[in-house]
Amino acid sequence: MKKLLLIFWLVIFCVTLFADNDIFWALDLPSDDGKALILNWNVAADSIHLQKADSLGMWVTIFSGQNQPASFTDSNLNPDTAYQYRLQYTHPQTGDSLSYTLQAQPKEQWFNLHKLSLLLFILVVSLAILYYIMAVKRGKDFYIRRISGLDSMDEAVGRATEKGKPILYVPGISDLDDMQTIASLTILSHLAHRVAEYDSQLIVPCKLSMVMSAAKEIVKEAYLKAGKPDSYKDDSVFYLTDDQFGYVAGIDGIMVREQPAANFFIGSFYAESLILAETGYSTGAIQTAGTAQAHQLPFFVVSCDYTLIGEELFAASAYLSRDPLQLGSLKGHDFGKLLVITTIILGVIAEIIGWHWFKAFFEGV
Amino acid sequence: MTGFMSTLGLWMAVFFTFSIFSFLYKDNPLYKLSEQIFVGLSAAYWLVYTFFSMMMPNLIVKLSSDFKGNIILLIPATLGFMMLLRIFPKTQWFSRFPIAIMIGTSAGINMVRYTKSDLLSQVSATMINPFAAATTSAIIGNFLLIIGTICGVYFFYFSKKQEGMSAVPSKLGIWFLMISFGASFGYTVMARVSLLIGRLEFLLKDWLHIIK
Repeated sequence: MKKLLLIFWLVIFCVTLFADNDIFWALDLPSDDGKALILNWNVAADSIHLQKADSLGMWVTIFSGQNQPASFTDSNLNPDTAYQYRLQYTHPQTGDSLSYTLQAQPKEQWFNLHKLSLLLFILVVSLAILYYIMAVKRGKDFYIRRISGLDSMDEAVGRATEKGKPILYVPGISDLDDMQTIASLTILSHLAHRVAEYDSQLIVPCKLSMVMSAAKEIVKEAYLKAGKPDSYKDDSVFYLTDDQFGYVAGIDGIMVREQPAANFFIGSFYAESLILAETGYSTGAIQTAGTAQAHQLPFFVVSCDYTLIGEELFAASAYLSRDPLQLGSLKGHDFGKLLVITTIILGVIAEIIGWHWFKAFFEGV
Repeated sequence: MTGFMSTLGLWMAVFFTFSIFSFLYKDNPLYKLSEQIFVGLSAAYWLVYTFFSMMMPNLIVKLSSDFKGNIILLIPATLGFMMLLRIFPKTQWFSRFPIAIMIGTSAGINMVRYTKSDLLSQVSATMINPFAAATTSAIIGNFLLIIGTICGVYFFYFSKKQEGMSAVPSKLGIWFLMISFGASFGYTVMARVSLLIGRLEFLLKDWLHIIK
Protein backbone atom coordinates (compact mmCIF):
# COMPACT_ATOMS: atom_id res chain seq x y z
CA MET A 1 0.00 0.00 0.00
CA LYS A 2 2.80 2.33 0.92
CA LYS A 3 4.52 1.59 -2.38
CA LEU A 4 1.32 2.28 -4.30
CA LEU A 5 0.84 5.58 -2.47
CA LEU A 6 4.41 6.52 -3.22
CA ILE A 7 3.99 5.70 -6.92
CA PHE A 8 0.72 7.67 -7.01
CA TRP A 9 2.36 10.77 -5.54
CA LEU A 10 5.30 10.41 -7.88
CA VAL A 11 2.95 10.25 -10.88
CA ILE A 12 1.05 13.31 -9.65
CA PHE A 13 4.30 15.17 -9.08
CA CYS A 14 5.63 14.28 -12.53
CA VAL A 15 2.39 15.18 -14.27
CA THR A 16 2.29 18.52 -12.49
CA LEU A 17 5.90 19.15 -13.18
CA PHE A 18 5.96 18.23 -16.84
CA ALA A 19 2.41 19.07 -17.86
CA ASP A 20 2.47 22.61 -16.51
CA ASN A 21 6.10 23.29 -17.31
CA ASP A 22 5.61 22.28 -20.91
CA ILE A 23 3.04 25.02 -21.49
CA PHE A 24 3.77 27.93 -19.20
CA TRP A 25 6.71 28.18 -16.83
CA ALA A 26 8.86 30.77 -15.13
CA LEU A 27 12.60 30.89 -14.63
CA ASP A 28 14.56 33.16 -12.36
CA LEU A 29 16.82 35.45 -14.39
CA PRO A 30 20.30 34.06 -13.76
CA SER A 31 23.12 36.20 -12.32
CA ASP A 32 20.88 39.11 -11.36
CA ASP A 33 19.95 40.98 -8.20
CA GLY A 34 16.62 39.19 -7.86
CA LYS A 35 14.55 41.71 -9.75
CA ALA A 36 13.46 39.78 -12.83
CA LEU A 37 11.71 36.59 -13.95
CA ILE A 38 11.70 35.02 -17.39
CA LEU A 39 8.24 33.79 -18.37
CA ASN A 40 8.19 31.13 -21.09
CA TRP A 41 5.33 29.44 -22.88
CA ASN A 42 4.86 26.80 -25.52
CA VAL A 43 1.42 27.10 -27.06
CA ALA A 44 0.00 26.81 -30.54
CA ALA A 45 -1.56 30.23 -30.92
CA ASP A 46 -1.08 33.33 -33.04
CA SER A 47 -1.21 35.74 -30.15
CA ILE A 48 -1.19 35.52 -26.39
CA HIS A 49 -2.05 37.69 -23.37
CA LEU A 50 0.19 37.66 -20.34
CA GLN A 51 -1.17 39.00 -17.06
CA LYS A 52 0.19 39.60 -13.60
CA ALA A 53 -1.80 39.78 -10.37
CA ASP A 54 -1.42 43.14 -8.64
CA SER A 55 -1.38 43.66 -4.86
CA LEU A 56 -5.20 43.35 -4.74
CA GLY A 57 -5.19 40.14 -6.82
CA MET A 58 -6.54 41.83 -9.94
CA TRP A 59 -5.06 40.66 -13.25
CA VAL A 60 -3.14 43.33 -15.12
CA THR A 61 -1.97 42.71 -18.68
CA ILE A 62 1.80 43.02 -18.96
CA PHE A 63 2.19 41.69 -22.47
CA SER A 64 -0.21 41.23 -25.32
CA GLY A 65 0.82 40.30 -28.81
CA GLN A 66 2.60 37.79 -31.02
CA ASN A 67 3.24 34.30 -29.72
CA GLN A 68 6.89 34.44 -30.83
CA PRO A 69 9.36 34.79 -29.23
CA ALA A 70 7.72 32.62 -26.60
CA SER A 71 9.38 34.43 -23.75
CA PHE A 72 8.94 37.61 -21.73
CA THR A 73 11.19 39.09 -19.05
CA ASP A 74 9.31 40.79 -16.25
CA SER A 75 11.72 43.20 -14.57
CA ASN A 76 11.62 45.72 -11.70
CA LEU A 77 10.37 43.06 -9.27
CA ASN A 78 11.17 42.72 -5.59
CA PRO A 79 13.51 39.89 -4.59
CA ASP A 80 12.02 36.92 -2.70
CA THR A 81 8.45 38.09 -3.37
CA ALA A 82 5.91 35.70 -4.88
CA TYR A 83 4.25 36.86 -8.09
CA GLN A 84 1.30 35.27 -9.89
CA TYR A 85 1.08 35.19 -13.65
CA ARG A 86 -1.64 34.10 -16.07
CA LEU A 87 -1.26 33.14 -19.70
CA GLN A 88 -4.36 33.44 -21.88
CA TYR A 89 -4.81 32.47 -25.50
CA THR A 90 -7.38 31.14 -27.93
CA HIS A 91 -6.87 27.67 -29.33
CA PRO A 92 -6.59 28.04 -33.12
CA GLN A 93 -8.48 24.83 -33.95
CA THR A 94 -11.18 24.57 -31.29
CA GLY A 95 -11.56 28.29 -30.60
CA ASP A 96 -11.49 27.60 -26.86
CA SER A 97 -10.16 30.29 -24.58
CA LEU A 98 -7.44 28.70 -22.46
CA SER A 99 -5.60 30.05 -19.49
CA TYR A 100 -2.72 28.87 -17.32
CA THR A 101 -1.49 30.34 -14.08
CA LEU A 102 1.72 30.03 -12.19
CA GLN A 103 3.44 31.50 -9.18
CA ALA A 104 7.12 32.34 -9.07
CA GLN A 105 9.51 34.44 -7.06
CA PRO A 106 12.76 36.04 -8.18
CA LYS A 107 15.91 35.23 -6.22
CA GLU A 108 19.05 37.26 -5.70
CA GLN A 109 22.22 35.52 -6.84
CA TRP A 110 25.44 35.79 -4.93
CA PHE A 111 27.53 35.98 -8.06
CA ASN A 112 26.95 37.68 -11.38
CA LEU A 113 28.55 35.14 -13.67
CA HIS A 114 28.29 37.57 -16.59
CA LYS A 115 31.16 39.40 -14.93
CA LEU A 116 33.38 36.36 -14.55
CA SER A 117 35.78 37.60 -17.23
CA LEU A 118 36.10 40.88 -15.30
CA LEU A 119 36.91 39.01 -12.09
CA LEU A 120 39.46 36.77 -13.79
CA PHE A 121 41.13 39.68 -15.51
CA ILE A 122 41.41 41.73 -12.33
CA LEU A 123 42.67 38.69 -10.41
CA VAL A 124 45.34 37.82 -12.98
CA VAL A 125 46.59 41.40 -13.25
CA SER A 126 46.51 41.86 -9.46
CA LEU A 127 48.52 38.66 -8.99
CA ALA A 128 51.01 39.84 -11.61
CA ILE A 129 51.35 43.18 -9.78
CA LEU A 130 51.95 41.38 -6.47
CA TYR A 131 54.50 39.07 -8.09
CA TYR A 132 56.44 41.95 -9.62
CA ILE A 133 56.34 43.99 -6.41
CA MET A 134 57.85 41.03 -4.55
CA ALA A 135 60.40 40.50 -7.31
CA VAL A 136 61.48 44.17 -7.17
CA LYS A 137 61.69 43.97 -3.38
CA ARG A 138 63.91 40.89 -3.71
CA GLY A 139 66.27 43.08 -5.66
CA LYS A 140 65.43 42.18 -9.24
CA ASP A 141 66.09 45.05 -11.59
CA PHE A 142 63.54 45.77 -14.29
CA TYR A 143 63.98 47.93 -17.35
CA ILE A 144 61.62 50.84 -18.02
CA ARG A 145 61.94 52.73 -21.26
CA ARG A 146 62.35 56.49 -21.38
CA ILE A 147 59.31 58.73 -21.14
CA SER A 148 60.53 62.05 -22.52
CA GLY A 149 57.63 64.03 -21.08
CA LEU A 150 58.75 63.14 -17.58
CA ASP A 151 62.42 63.71 -18.27
CA SER A 152 61.47 67.29 -19.07
CA MET A 153 60.62 67.93 -15.45
CA ASP A 154 64.21 68.57 -14.41
CA GLU A 155 64.77 70.78 -17.44
CA ALA A 156 61.67 72.83 -16.55
CA VAL A 157 62.64 73.26 -12.90
CA GLY A 158 66.20 74.18 -13.87
CA ARG A 159 65.00 76.74 -16.36
CA ALA A 160 62.58 78.28 -13.84
CA THR A 161 65.34 78.53 -11.24
CA GLU A 162 67.72 80.15 -13.70
CA LYS A 163 65.15 82.72 -14.78
CA GLY A 164 63.87 83.30 -11.26
CA LYS A 165 60.34 82.70 -12.45
CA PRO A 166 57.68 80.42 -11.00
CA ILE A 167 56.41 77.04 -12.23
CA LEU A 168 52.69 76.72 -12.87
CA TYR A 169 51.07 73.37 -12.15
CA VAL A 170 47.42 72.81 -13.16
CA PRO A 171 46.01 69.53 -11.77
CA GLY A 172 43.05 69.40 -14.15
CA ILE A 173 39.41 70.15 -13.56
CA SER A 174 38.15 66.86 -12.13
CA ASP A 175 37.77 65.93 -8.50
CA LEU A 176 39.63 63.31 -6.50
CA ASP A 177 37.28 60.59 -7.76
CA ASP A 178 39.07 60.77 -11.11
CA MET A 179 42.19 58.59 -11.41
CA GLN A 180 43.83 61.20 -13.61
CA THR A 181 43.66 63.74 -10.78
CA ILE A 182 45.22 61.23 -8.39
CA ALA A 183 47.97 60.47 -10.92
CA SER A 184 48.45 64.21 -11.37
CA LEU A 185 48.87 64.72 -7.64
CA THR A 186 51.59 62.04 -7.47
CA ILE A 187 53.48 63.87 -10.23
CA LEU A 188 52.93 67.12 -8.34
CA SER A 189 54.58 65.50 -5.32
CA HIS A 190 57.77 64.78 -7.31
CA LEU A 191 57.73 68.21 -8.94
CA ALA A 192 57.25 69.97 -5.59
CA HIS A 193 60.18 67.99 -4.18
CA ARG A 194 62.37 69.13 -7.06
CA VAL A 195 61.14 72.73 -6.73
CA ALA A 196 61.95 72.67 -3.02
CA GLU A 197 65.46 71.34 -3.74
CA TYR A 198 66.11 74.10 -6.28
CA ASP A 199 64.46 76.80 -4.12
CA SER A 200 62.21 77.70 -6.99
CA GLN A 201 58.58 78.85 -6.76
CA LEU A 202 55.46 76.79 -7.44
CA ILE A 203 51.94 78.01 -8.30
CA VAL A 204 49.08 75.49 -8.09
CA PRO A 205 45.63 76.95 -8.81
CA CYS A 206 42.83 74.46 -8.05
CA LYS A 207 39.28 74.23 -9.29
CA LEU A 208 37.90 72.04 -6.52
CA SER A 209 38.27 72.32 -2.78
CA MET A 210 39.10 68.63 -2.22
CA VAL A 211 41.85 68.76 -4.83
CA MET A 212 43.20 71.93 -3.25
CA SER A 213 43.31 70.31 0.20
CA ALA A 214 45.06 67.20 -1.14
CA ALA A 215 47.49 69.31 -3.22
CA LYS A 216 48.35 71.43 -0.18
CA GLU A 217 49.14 68.34 1.86
CA ILE A 218 51.21 66.84 -0.95
CA VAL A 219 53.27 69.98 -1.61
CA LYS A 220 53.81 70.55 2.09
CA GLU A 221 55.02 66.96 2.54
CA ALA A 222 57.34 67.28 -0.47
CA TYR A 223 58.96 70.38 1.06
CA LEU A 224 59.36 68.48 4.35
CA LYS A 225 60.96 65.52 2.55
CA ALA A 226 63.32 67.88 0.75
CA GLY A 227 64.34 69.24 4.16
CA LYS A 228 63.01 72.71 3.43
CA PRO A 229 59.77 73.06 5.38
CA ASP A 230 60.37 76.80 5.88
CA SER A 231 60.38 77.40 2.12
CA TYR A 232 56.82 76.08 1.80
CA LYS A 233 54.28 78.84 1.20
CA ASP A 234 50.72 77.90 2.06
CA ASP A 235 49.30 80.28 -0.55
CA SER A 236 51.22 78.63 -3.39
CA VAL A 237 48.33 76.14 -3.65
CA PHE A 238 45.05 78.02 -3.84
CA TYR A 239 41.42 77.82 -4.92
CA LEU A 240 40.20 79.81 -7.91
CA THR A 241 36.62 78.85 -8.75
CA ASP A 242 34.47 75.77 -9.39
CA ASP A 243 33.41 77.16 -12.75
CA GLN A 244 35.24 75.55 -15.68
CA PHE A 245 35.79 78.67 -17.77
CA GLY A 246 36.14 80.96 -14.76
CA TYR A 247 39.01 78.69 -13.72
CA VAL A 248 40.56 78.93 -17.18
CA ALA A 249 40.22 82.71 -17.25
CA GLY A 250 41.96 82.88 -13.88
CA ILE A 251 44.85 80.65 -15.01
CA ASP A 252 45.22 82.62 -18.25
CA GLY A 253 45.56 85.75 -16.15
CA ILE A 254 48.23 84.11 -13.99
CA MET A 255 50.17 82.94 -17.05
CA VAL A 256 50.12 86.38 -18.65
CA ARG A 257 51.00 88.32 -15.49
CA GLU A 258 53.30 85.97 -13.58
CA GLN A 259 54.99 84.71 -16.78
CA PRO A 260 55.87 81.24 -15.39
CA ALA A 261 58.99 79.68 -16.90
CA ALA A 262 57.28 76.27 -17.09
CA ASN A 263 53.67 75.18 -17.26
CA PHE A 264 52.42 71.72 -16.33
CA PHE A 265 48.88 70.77 -17.35
CA ILE A 266 48.50 67.31 -15.92
CA GLY A 267 45.21 65.65 -15.07
CA SER A 268 41.73 65.57 -16.50
CA PHE A 269 40.97 68.33 -19.01
CA TYR A 270 38.05 69.10 -21.24
CA ALA A 271 37.20 72.05 -23.48
CA GLU A 272 39.67 74.32 -21.70
CA SER A 273 42.76 72.40 -22.80
CA LEU A 274 43.51 74.45 -25.93
CA ILE A 275 42.79 77.78 -24.23
CA LEU A 276 45.29 76.96 -21.50
CA ALA A 277 47.96 75.49 -23.75
CA GLU A 278 47.71 78.30 -26.33
CA THR A 279 47.99 81.03 -23.71
CA GLY A 280 50.96 79.24 -22.15
CA TYR A 281 52.57 78.93 -25.58
CA SER A 282 52.17 82.67 -26.19
CA THR A 283 54.09 83.43 -22.98
CA GLY A 284 57.04 81.34 -24.16
CA ALA A 285 56.95 78.91 -21.24
CA ILE A 286 58.22 75.38 -21.57
CA GLN A 287 55.04 73.30 -21.47
CA THR A 288 54.35 69.73 -20.39
CA ALA A 289 50.86 68.30 -20.55
CA GLY A 290 49.41 64.95 -19.66
CA THR A 291 45.91 63.59 -19.81
CA ALA A 292 43.98 60.45 -20.59
CA GLN A 293 41.17 62.43 -22.24
CA ALA A 294 41.54 61.22 -25.82
CA HIS A 295 39.68 64.23 -27.25
CA GLN A 296 41.95 66.76 -25.54
CA LEU A 297 45.27 65.09 -26.31
CA PRO A 298 45.46 66.52 -29.87
CA PHE A 299 45.40 70.07 -28.50
CA PHE A 300 48.17 69.36 -26.05
CA VAL A 301 50.23 67.55 -28.69
CA VAL A 302 50.15 70.59 -30.99
CA SER A 303 50.72 73.29 -28.41
CA CYS A 304 52.96 71.75 -25.74
CA ASP A 305 56.63 70.80 -25.79
CA TYR A 306 56.01 67.43 -24.13
CA THR A 307 52.83 65.43 -23.79
CA LEU A 308 52.13 62.44 -21.60
CA ILE A 309 49.67 60.36 -23.57
CA GLY A 310 47.15 58.35 -21.58
CA GLU A 311 48.93 55.47 -19.90
CA GLU A 312 52.18 57.47 -19.64
CA LEU A 313 50.40 59.67 -17.13
CA PHE A 314 49.67 56.69 -14.88
CA ALA A 315 53.19 55.28 -15.31
CA ALA A 316 54.74 58.60 -14.32
CA SER A 317 54.74 58.03 -10.60
CA ALA A 318 56.68 54.75 -10.84
CA TYR A 319 58.99 56.16 -13.50
CA LEU A 320 59.89 59.19 -11.40
CA SER A 321 60.21 57.57 -8.00
CA ARG A 322 61.65 54.13 -8.91
CA ASP A 323 59.94 53.05 -5.72
CA PRO A 324 59.76 49.19 -5.60
CA LEU A 325 56.04 49.22 -4.87
CA GLN A 326 55.21 51.47 -7.81
CA LEU A 327 57.76 49.87 -10.11
CA GLY A 328 56.24 46.45 -9.45
CA SER A 329 52.81 47.89 -10.10
CA LEU A 330 53.99 49.30 -13.45
CA LYS A 331 55.46 45.95 -14.43
CA GLY A 332 52.16 44.30 -13.49
CA HIS A 333 50.32 46.76 -15.74
CA ASP A 334 52.69 45.89 -18.57
CA PHE A 335 51.82 42.25 -18.04
CA GLY A 336 48.15 43.29 -18.31
CA LYS A 337 48.88 44.97 -21.66
CA LEU A 338 50.47 41.80 -23.01
CA LEU A 339 47.45 39.90 -21.74
CA VAL A 340 45.16 42.30 -23.61
CA ILE A 341 47.12 41.89 -26.85
CA THR A 342 47.12 38.08 -26.52
CA THR A 343 43.39 38.03 -25.72
CA ILE A 344 42.58 40.19 -28.75
CA ILE A 345 44.62 37.95 -31.07
CA LEU A 346 42.99 34.81 -29.66
CA GLY A 347 39.56 36.46 -29.92
CA VAL A 348 40.09 37.36 -33.57
CA ILE A 349 41.22 33.78 -34.35
CA ALA A 350 38.21 32.41 -32.43
CA GLU A 351 35.84 34.63 -34.42
CA ILE A 352 37.40 33.53 -37.71
CA ILE A 353 36.96 29.84 -36.89
CA GLY A 354 33.48 30.44 -35.49
CA TRP A 355 34.06 30.04 -31.72
CA HIS A 356 31.78 32.89 -30.74
CA TRP A 357 31.61 31.80 -27.08
CA PHE A 358 35.08 33.27 -26.54
CA LYS A 359 33.95 36.80 -27.42
CA ALA A 360 30.65 36.30 -25.56
CA PHE A 361 32.61 35.41 -22.42
CA PHE A 362 34.41 38.79 -22.52
CA GLU A 363 31.26 40.65 -23.47
CA GLY A 364 29.57 39.22 -20.39
CA VAL A 365 26.61 37.85 -22.32
CA MET B 1 11.77 97.90 -15.00
CA THR B 2 12.00 94.42 -16.54
CA GLY B 3 12.78 95.99 -19.92
CA PHE B 4 15.51 98.15 -18.42
CA MET B 5 17.08 95.18 -16.61
CA SER B 6 17.07 93.01 -19.74
CA THR B 7 18.61 95.86 -21.78
CA LEU B 8 21.23 96.37 -19.08
CA GLY B 9 21.93 92.62 -19.06
CA LEU B 10 22.29 92.63 -22.84
CA TRP B 11 24.76 95.55 -22.81
CA MET B 12 26.73 93.99 -19.98
CA ALA B 13 26.96 90.73 -21.94
CA VAL B 14 28.17 92.67 -24.99
CA PHE B 15 30.71 94.59 -22.88
CA PHE B 16 32.11 91.43 -21.31
CA THR B 17 32.18 89.59 -24.64
CA PHE B 18 34.31 92.36 -26.18
CA SER B 19 36.45 92.57 -23.04
CA ILE B 20 37.23 88.86 -23.22
CA PHE B 21 37.83 89.07 -26.99
CA SER B 22 40.31 91.92 -26.34
CA PHE B 23 42.68 89.33 -24.85
CA LEU B 24 43.29 88.18 -28.43
CA TYR B 25 45.24 91.44 -28.89
CA LYS B 26 47.01 91.43 -25.50
CA ASP B 27 46.38 91.48 -21.77
CA ASN B 28 44.66 94.76 -20.85
CA PRO B 29 42.67 96.33 -17.98
CA LEU B 30 39.32 95.48 -19.56
CA TYR B 31 40.25 91.80 -19.78
CA LYS B 32 41.57 91.90 -16.22
CA LEU B 33 38.30 93.42 -15.01
CA SER B 34 36.19 90.82 -16.84
CA GLU B 35 38.40 87.99 -15.69
CA GLN B 36 38.26 89.02 -12.03
CA ILE B 37 34.49 89.54 -12.16
CA PHE B 38 34.02 86.20 -13.91
CA VAL B 39 36.22 84.30 -11.45
CA GLY B 40 34.69 86.00 -8.40
CA LEU B 41 31.10 85.68 -9.60
CA SER B 42 31.48 82.04 -10.58
CA ALA B 43 33.13 81.14 -7.27
CA ALA B 44 30.28 82.77 -5.38
CA TYR B 45 27.69 81.20 -7.68
CA TRP B 46 29.08 77.68 -7.15
CA LEU B 47 29.24 78.19 -3.39
CA VAL B 48 25.55 79.14 -3.30
CA TYR B 49 24.67 76.41 -5.80
CA THR B 50 26.52 73.72 -3.83
CA PHE B 51 24.85 74.77 -0.60
CA PHE B 52 21.30 75.04 -1.88
CA SER B 53 21.36 72.23 -4.47
CA MET B 54 23.46 69.66 -2.68
CA MET B 55 23.81 70.28 1.03
CA MET B 56 20.28 71.52 1.67
CA PRO B 57 18.26 68.75 -0.06
CA ASN B 58 20.71 65.90 0.56
CA LEU B 59 21.76 66.62 4.13
CA ILE B 60 20.04 69.40 6.05
CA VAL B 61 16.45 68.80 4.88
CA LYS B 62 16.75 65.03 5.27
CA LEU B 63 18.26 65.21 8.73
CA SER B 64 15.80 67.81 9.96
CA SER B 65 12.75 65.94 8.61
CA ASP B 66 13.73 62.38 9.61
CA PHE B 67 16.85 62.28 11.73
CA LYS B 68 16.66 58.61 12.73
CA GLY B 69 15.90 57.40 9.23
CA ASN B 70 18.82 59.32 7.77
CA ILE B 71 21.31 58.87 10.59
CA ILE B 72 23.84 57.39 8.15
CA LEU B 73 24.15 60.85 6.62
CA LEU B 74 26.06 61.89 9.72
CA ILE B 75 29.07 60.03 8.31
CA PRO B 76 29.48 62.25 5.22
CA ALA B 77 28.50 65.26 7.33
CA THR B 78 31.31 64.46 9.79
CA LEU B 79 33.77 63.95 6.94
CA GLY B 80 32.71 67.29 5.48
CA PHE B 81 33.14 68.95 8.86
CA MET B 82 36.63 67.44 9.12
CA MET B 83 37.47 69.10 5.81
CA LEU B 84 36.32 72.43 7.23
CA LEU B 85 38.81 72.02 10.08
CA ARG B 86 41.54 72.93 7.61
CA ILE B 87 40.72 76.53 8.47
CA PHE B 88 42.70 76.20 11.73
CA PRO B 89 46.38 75.23 11.43
CA LYS B 90 46.25 73.00 14.52
CA THR B 91 43.32 70.94 13.25
CA GLN B 92 44.38 70.72 9.60
CA TRP B 93 45.43 67.08 9.98
CA PHE B 94 41.76 66.07 10.41
CA SER B 95 41.19 66.68 6.70
CA ARG B 96 43.57 63.86 5.78
CA PHE B 97 40.94 61.29 6.76
CA PRO B 98 38.19 62.39 4.34
CA ILE B 99 40.79 62.87 1.59
CA ALA B 100 42.16 59.35 2.18
CA ILE B 101 38.64 57.86 2.21
CA MET B 102 37.73 59.64 -1.01
CA ILE B 103 40.91 58.60 -2.85
CA GLY B 104 40.67 55.00 -1.59
CA THR B 105 37.02 54.52 -2.46
CA SER B 106 37.45 56.22 -5.84
CA ALA B 107 40.36 53.95 -6.73
CA GLY B 108 38.41 50.84 -5.72
CA ILE B 109 35.20 51.77 -7.51
CA ASN B 110 36.96 53.00 -10.63
CA MET B 111 39.15 49.92 -10.90
CA VAL B 112 36.12 47.71 -11.54
CA ARG B 113 34.25 50.31 -13.58
CA TYR B 114 37.08 51.15 -15.95
CA THR B 115 38.25 47.55 -16.30
CA LYS B 116 34.80 46.82 -17.68
CA SER B 117 34.13 49.93 -19.74
CA ASP B 118 37.61 50.95 -20.94
CA LEU B 119 39.27 47.56 -21.13
CA LEU B 120 37.09 44.48 -21.55
CA SER B 121 34.49 46.26 -23.67
CA GLN B 122 37.24 47.52 -25.98
CA VAL B 123 38.91 44.11 -26.08
CA SER B 124 35.67 42.32 -27.00
CA ALA B 125 34.81 45.03 -29.56
CA THR B 126 38.12 44.32 -31.30
CA MET B 127 37.44 40.58 -31.46
CA ILE B 128 35.95 40.58 -34.92
CA ASN B 129 36.23 38.36 -37.93
CA PRO B 130 37.93 40.73 -40.39
CA PHE B 131 36.76 38.69 -43.38
CA ALA B 132 33.10 38.85 -42.35
CA ALA B 133 32.60 42.31 -43.92
CA ALA B 134 30.73 42.68 -47.19
CA THR B 135 33.10 44.97 -49.07
CA THR B 136 36.86 45.06 -49.57
CA SER B 137 37.14 48.47 -47.93
CA ALA B 138 35.27 47.17 -44.88
CA ILE B 139 37.65 44.19 -44.66
CA ILE B 140 40.63 46.57 -44.80
CA GLY B 141 38.90 48.70 -42.15
CA ASN B 142 38.53 45.66 -39.90
CA PHE B 143 42.22 44.81 -40.27
CA LEU B 144 43.17 48.42 -39.50
CA LEU B 145 40.99 48.29 -36.37
CA ILE B 146 42.67 45.12 -35.10
CA ILE B 147 46.24 46.13 -35.98
CA GLY B 148 45.71 49.69 -34.74
CA THR B 149 44.37 48.52 -31.38
CA ILE B 150 47.15 45.99 -30.82
CA CYS B 151 49.92 48.40 -31.86
CA GLY B 152 48.30 51.23 -29.85
CA VAL B 153 48.37 49.09 -26.71
CA TYR B 154 51.94 47.98 -27.44
CA PHE B 155 53.09 51.62 -27.65
CA PHE B 156 52.39 51.88 -23.93
CA TYR B 157 54.44 48.80 -23.10
CA PHE B 158 57.25 50.25 -21.02
CA SER B 159 59.18 47.10 -20.13
CA LYS B 160 61.06 46.64 -23.39
CA LYS B 161 63.53 48.83 -25.20
CA GLN B 162 61.95 49.90 -28.47
CA GLU B 163 64.60 48.89 -30.95
CA GLY B 164 64.81 46.45 -33.84
CA MET B 165 61.70 44.42 -34.56
CA SER B 166 60.00 45.35 -31.28
CA ALA B 167 60.06 49.02 -32.35
CA VAL B 168 57.87 48.32 -35.39
CA PRO B 169 54.52 47.79 -33.62
CA SER B 170 55.32 50.67 -31.30
CA LYS B 171 56.01 53.03 -34.20
CA LEU B 172 52.87 51.83 -35.96
CA GLY B 173 50.99 52.43 -32.71
CA ILE B 174 52.09 56.08 -32.45
CA TRP B 175 51.14 56.58 -36.12
CA PHE B 176 47.66 55.26 -35.42
CA LEU B 177 47.42 57.46 -32.34
CA MET B 178 48.56 60.58 -34.19
CA ILE B 179 46.16 59.97 -37.07
CA SER B 180 43.28 59.56 -34.61
CA PHE B 181 44.42 62.73 -32.81
CA GLY B 182 44.38 64.59 -36.12
CA ALA B 183 40.85 63.47 -36.86
CA SER B 184 39.76 64.33 -33.32
CA PHE B 185 41.46 67.76 -33.62
CA GLY B 186 39.55 68.61 -36.77
CA TYR B 187 36.28 67.43 -35.31
CA THR B 188 36.72 69.45 -32.12
CA VAL B 189 37.84 72.59 -33.96
CA MET B 190 34.58 72.42 -35.90
CA ALA B 191 32.71 72.31 -32.58
CA ARG B 192 34.69 75.32 -31.31
CA VAL B 193 33.92 77.27 -34.46
CA SER B 194 30.25 76.67 -33.75
CA LEU B 195 30.79 78.23 -30.29
CA LEU B 196 32.32 81.30 -31.96
CA ILE B 197 29.39 81.44 -34.36
CA GLY B 198 27.06 81.34 -31.35
CA ARG B 199 28.79 84.36 -29.81
CA LEU B 200 28.83 86.27 -33.11
CA GLU B 201 25.16 85.45 -33.55
CA PHE B 202 24.48 86.97 -30.14
CA LEU B 203 26.30 90.16 -31.12
CA LEU B 204 24.77 90.48 -34.58
CA LYS B 205 21.28 89.22 -33.78
CA ASP B 206 20.42 90.01 -30.16
CA TRP B 207 22.48 93.17 -29.85
CA LEU B 208 22.75 94.82 -33.27
CA HIS B 209 19.71 93.18 -34.92
CA ILE B 210 21.70 93.01 -38.18
CA ILE B 211 20.65 89.42 -38.83
CA LYS B 212 17.31 87.83 -38.08
